[in-house]
Amino acid sequence: MYEDFSPIIIFILLAIALVILPLILQSLMSPKDNKGGDKLLSYECGELPEGSAWVKFNIRFYIIALIFIIFDVEVIFMFPWAVVFQEFVSRGYGLLAFVEMMLFLVILLVGFAYVWVKSDLDWVKMKLKYAYGRYGHLKKNEESV
Amino acid sequence: MSSVVGSLNELLVSLFSDISLDVSFLFLLAVIIPGVVIFLIMTVNAIVAVYMERKVSAFMQDRLGPMEVGIFGFKGGKKFWGGIGQTIADAIKLLVKEDIIPNDADRFLMILAPFIIFIGAFVTFIGVPFSEGLIISDFNIGILYVIAMSSVGVIGIILAGWSSNNKWSLYGAMRAAAQIISYEIPIGLSLILVVIVVGSLEMSEIVKWQADNRWFIIHSPFAMLGFFIFFISGVAETNRVPFDIPEAESELVAGWMTEYSGFRWALFFLSEYTNMLIVCIIASVVFLGGWLSPFKIINLPYVDIIPDSFFILDGFYLGLFWLLIKAIFLIFVMMWFRWTFPRLRVDQLMYLCWKVFIPFALGNLVFICIWELLF
Repeated sequence: MYEDFSPIIIFILLAIALVILPLILQSLMSPKDNKGGDKLLSYECGELPEGSAWVKFNIRFYIIALIFIIFDVEVIFMFPWAVVFQEFVSRGYGLLAFVEMMLFLVILLVGFAYVWVKSDLDWVKMKLKYAYGRYGHLKKNEESV
Repeated sequence: MSSVVGSLNELLVSLFSDISLDVSFLFLLAVIIPGVVIFLIMTVNAIVAVYMERKVSAFMQDRLGPMEVGIFGFKGGKKFWGGIGQTIADAIKLLVKEDIIPNDADRFLMILAPFIIFIGAFVTFIGVPFSEGLIISDFNIGILYVIAMSSVGVIGIILAGWSSNNKWSLYGAMRAAAQIISYEIPIGLSLILVVIVVGSLEMSEIVKWQADNRWFIIHSPFAMLGFFIFFISGVAETNRVPFDIPEAESELVAGWMTEYSGFRWALFFLSEYTNMLIVCIIASVVFLGGWLSPFKIINLPYVDIIPDSFFILDGFYLGLFWLLIKAIFLIFVMMWFRWTFPRLRVDQLMYLCWKVFIPFALGNLVFICIWELLF
């Protein structure tokens, strides 16, 4: 049993070794003596870098991450159920297993529907005063304001 | 045990039985030898895939470079060796290129990031089968392990983007992270379909089911839809066109790889092509019958259109051949995508994942359960 899993740790150590070896090879072969000056500046399309890049970031990414956590945990909980589903079917309890998982799914789908309705799944949330054509759905609804 | 480590370990123990070597040392050796082979496979895969990518794009777009650059003065033209010179030059260039870490960067994290990405891609291979019994270790949690390990790379991407202290890198990394974690959910949900039907997470069990019944892609209409959701999400996971907004050249330079050069950059490159190979192999194993012959899509006893004995290779090697044919075809399809579809916008990308793939994948799950209950 443990024999199946022990290769993982050996592989991790081996991976570190396999990265370090070519890096040593590279440090032997690549030029080293002309570093310095503008070469070590951050790249910004040839301009001098403007301030630090470590800035506050758009909250949309964090919302996506939060929704992801919920769904990923859901998927993980489904795997053990999926493994035994056929066994339940063969014993005649298939419908029971199915209904139970559907209850679990419905609870999650309520949350999903909430996020969808609150338009947290939309990347662009802005509303425009004038919007036509394929951007028409972005137009501000005057009555609701 | 039908895994490479198991059989290699037995072989080594029987070879060195007269010399009293430590058993744990032999086991270590039985893991390291396949490990080095995997590294070679990764390298060869990257080199061949880059060559193939150039050649495919040259044929599709009538590009000159890969058609004209021959080797040793021979003009390649449309022949096989046209463009092979570029591949050789590439490999040498990456090794002798100057290694630059900018002054403003977070040095430690910037050095750490390629390690994490490489480890993620490398360790996934423990659970990826190449043929019957040709798998480093056949876990009972096979599929789950592959999904889990292939997402380790995101941590490396975020680290690389953040530590570079470069605006392009940061934008690229945040986009890449949002994209990769989003598309992981449809992947997981479509792999559950297989687990529901087969009742096991083990790769060998999944292929055995397909050998006994039929390829999973034609199990039911829902399984077929599941394959397409899986494969398109897989393309998005590997950040390839049309889902390449994290490294969109025309707007973000090179995304989270902007500040890397030389071999550190090559590691990202290697891991990216490795992830491509992993996605294609998993798609072929799970949905396209793995190492089964393409002439046995449906298992019909007594009917054998083209028997395995027709081929020169046999058993194990024939399985490897078929699996690689399927995987390389899927890689070709990915390259084909690249020259066919324009790049998606970031809001379209999120729309496709959260409002199309996830509802469809959940519906798939419900319907395949009903299918299994009815039939």
